[in-house]
Amino acid sequence: MNLLRLPVCLMALLFAASVSAVIETYEFSSPELEQRYQDLSGELRCPKCQNQNIADSNAPIAKDLRKLLYQQLEEGASDAEIRDYMVARYGEFVRYRPSFSGATIILWLAPALLLLAAALVVVAVLRGRAGRGGPELSAEEQRRLQELVTRAETEENAERHS
Amino acid sequence: MPARLKLFLPLALFALLALFLFRGLSLDPRELPSALIDRPLPEFSLPRLGEEQRVSRADVTGRPALLNVWATWCVSCRVEHPFLRQLAERGVPIYGVNYKDDDVAAQRWLDELGDPYLLNIADRQGSFGLDLGVYGAPETYLVDAGGVIRYRHVGVVDERVWQDTLQPLYEELAAAEESR
Repeated sequence: MNLLRLPVCLMALLFAASVSAVIETYEFSSPELEQRYQDLSGELRCPKCQNQNIADSNAPIAKDLRKLLYQQLEEGASDAEIRDYMVARYGEFVRYRPSFSGATIILWLAPALLLLAAALVVVAVLRGRAGRGGPELSAEEQRRLQELVTRAETEENAERHS
Repeated sequence: MPARLKLFLPLALFALLALFLFRGLSLDPRELPSALIDRPLPEFSLPRLGEEQRVSRADVTGRPALLNVWATWCVSCRVEHPFLRQLAERGVPIYGVNYKDDDVAAQRWLDELGDPYLLNIADRQGSFGLDLGVYGAPETYLVDAGGVIRYRHVGVVDERVWQDTLQPLYEELAAAEESR
């Protein structure tokens, strides 16, 4: 009984985390705004905790940003306006989906470039393999090869018949 | 490429990777570049700590100065505080932003631990902090005479941070200001 208790308690703790992470709720004037709130809060990164978006984070700054997001949405700001507002204060860092420009261009292009480089390497390796046939034999060498083959064959036949 | 050299390719790649990883050891991922470097200090109109008199951007600019974001709930701020007092004694102008704090607690803190600030902006809701891009106290901004943010340090300012980064920048700004 006691042996079981600890693992069970520990497992219960695993679930407790998702329950205690309850985050304040906002009343939206329309379901569409609420959807945009969910999308944007999932896309904006918490500056303090770095590997969480502001929807997931319990950091005070994330809470402030959610409140701000809610206010801006209710005031009728567009998604682009809200993103610009955040980027002006916290930099491109705050977006999990950075814009395609300036310093972030390498982020967008790196996967394609790496794939291209890998493809080039594969092509180069395959070509090298296909071209590796060894040197051509001269006429004299061909004749000797033929001779050796026939001799081997006759010897083999002789052995078989003996 | 000679076949012999090709054999060293994996080693070269490993060395390159090791170089990047080694560099990564000494980088702090929490150190974000401020989006406001070389941009003017945002406008604000907030009460002065302990008074209802409002202060604005003009009250904290006009000469190179430090703008220190602090709060009584911030443990590192307590660590930083004695060094700020030293800086103030050396004649470095420091303005405070009391960030999302309780005025009474903040006033008591200053009474007990000493007050290195020329004045304190009471940013009770954190709205000025938001405009500054503050994501956690303590943060210290170096603002030039024209009110342009030149540098932002996140975390405790101590003797080392001061000597290595803030002081050279500050003295450069102060010298430029004097020669005008």
